[in-house]
Amino acid sequence: MKDIFILLFRSKRFIVGFVLFLAVLSFAIIGPMLNPKNPFQMVGGLFTPPSDKFILGTDNLGRDVFTQLMYGTRTSLLIGCTAGVIATSIGVTIGSIAGYKGGIVEEILMGITNVFITIPSIVVLILLSIAIKTRSAAVMGLVIGVTSWPWTARAVRAQTASLKTREHIDIARITGFSSIEMIVLEILPYMFSYIFMAFILQFSGGILNEATLSMLGLGPYQTVSLGVMLHWSLLWEAVRTGAWWAFIPPVICLSMTTFSLMSMNSSMDEVFNPRLRRS
Amino acid sequence: MKNPFVRYLFQKLLWYILAFFIAVSLNFFLPRLIPGNPVAVIVNQMATGGTPSEALEKLYATYMREFGLDKPLYVQYFNYLRNILRWDLGTSFMLYPGKVNGLIGRALPWTIALQIPAILSGWIIGNLLGAYSAYKGGRFDSVAFTLSLVFSNIPYYCLAIVFLYLLAVKFAIFPVGGGYSFGTVPTLSWRFIVDAIHHYILPYCSMVLVAIGGQAIGMREMSIYELTSDYVNYARNLGIRDEKIIRYVFRNAMLPQITGLAISFGTMMGGALVTESVFSYPGVGSLLFTAIRQTDYPLIQGCTLIITIAVLVANFLVEIAYGFIDPRIRAVQLGEK
Repeated sequence: MKDIFILLFRSKRFIVGFVLFLAVLSFAIIGPMLNPKNPFQMVGGLFTPPSDKFILGTDNLGRDVFTQLMYGTRTSLLIGCTAGVIATSIGVTIGSIAGYKGGIVEEILMGITNVFITIPSIVVLILLSIAIKTRSAAVMGLVIGVTSWPWTARAVRAQTASLKTREHIDIARITGFSSIEMIVLEILPYMFSYIFMAFILQFSGGILNEATLSMLGLGPYQTVSLGVMLHWSLLWEAVRTGAWWAFIPPVICLSMTTFSLMSMNSSMDEVFNPRLRRS
Repeated sequence: MKNPFVRYLFQKLLWYILAFFIAVSLNFFLPRLIPGNPVAVIVNQMATGGTPSEALEKLYATYMREFGLDKPLYVQYFNYLRNILRWDLGTSFMLYPGKVNGLIGRALPWTIALQIPAILSGWIIGNLLGAYSAYKGGRFDSVAFTLSLVFSNIPYYCLAIVFLYLLAVKFAIFPVGGGYSFGTVPTLSWRFIVDAIHHYILPYCSMVLVAIGGQAIGMREMSIYELTSDYVNYARNLGIRDEKIIRYVFRNAMLPQITGLAISFGTMMGGALVTESVFSYPGVGSLLFTAIRQTDYPLIQGCTLIITIAVLVANFLVEIAYGFIDPRIRAVQLGEK
């Protein structure tokens, strides 16, 4: 375990991703604590450019963009994390059961998985979102989570199927472990790094899905998120009126978050997958 | 059925039909979870707009009939399926009495013309770039890889917003949106085509750059795997020229990338739809954006249906191509002949 961290922190890309992510995270957590304001409060004129009073100016309704950005980043991270946890849990459960059990169970579970991989998830997301009128951030995380597990399930199944042929599995089976004990005690611990990487992918995917839905106008109800900020910019023509302070900050926050997560993911891939490493 | 290739296609086709059926059912049932009678909600919305009451009653009757809300759910469901097979997607709320088919029919060519070239060219360039940077290594590799990582992680619409602001608003090089200049009528004249291309460049570029990045990363990874494999070492030791080895590596690494192409049709969809609405491009994405803003359920359902069909058809075509290209599937076919 210690070796892994040494290897990870030897990778420049991991450090860059890690530091960027910490920066975004602390901005989203500490920011609203130090500066508890209502992001919906109208405090100035509409589309006021950045000044001493408003670091990032105001939006179309005279609301402080900097305050929105802090709360928005927090909401986006929260939704992404919720979605990531849910999607990874469902994916790991289905994938490991299918991979370990094999036979008809595998056929059925993977059949379902493949059908939901084929149906574009954005369609299911849109339909679910219009069906739920008052979407809180948690509900949005849940909705995104239950639609994005199939990729994880497929990958975990493949891993489980290859782990299953190892010797320690046979020994454990002789000892009389049940299937659930086998999966939880003998299979999942061996793919912990893999599951963690899948979680990071789902986390970043969840943030992007939130932004996509919110930009289409299906964002969390009475909450500001990065996607909601961008939606407002589109709706009230901030881009075409040149009010860059209303949309460039959320664009940067969003890209920075996904970039940091993905660069951590890809450098972890290199560490756990020595064949990708080249010295 | 003797021919394994036909069997392969048939099997795939069955899966796609199943997926389509499930998607259509979701398309029917999910919006019906909305509490209350959607027709009453819409008619009330219009009533506040000051529409005379006779017209409202007519409207109410139209939608009650179309939704068949007075009938049991399973009858509604079969009506819905029948209407889809007849390609009758109902009447739009916001553009009453405009038909959803007509609205989507006008938007779809723009979306296809924007997305297919963007995805395909992004895929081709990305694969070449990824393979080359895996082969080349060193400085080129690390620069190309970092750039790909950066671009592939910028959501399409973020890049779109930045492009729109910098290249159309700040420096007015490109138009600020739309598919063609305001006031012109789409015709096949030279002037219109030039105008349409001028409007096309920004949305196209914002999508293609992200696509190149994503594909390049995948291809680079696959190529590195192949380049360090035993057959490559063996070929090198035999003294086979690098160009020849590269061809082998490229072909092997390409195979998973073809599946990657199928995936990108589905995963790019959401971002691509939003990109359209950023540029007010007259495609399905902008239509969906307006439909959601106006809570126009028939139009939303029409858009989600057409998106599903488009993605399923694209995926199926890629699978057919895969069947042709993958030597393992082809070999079985030749072997049995």
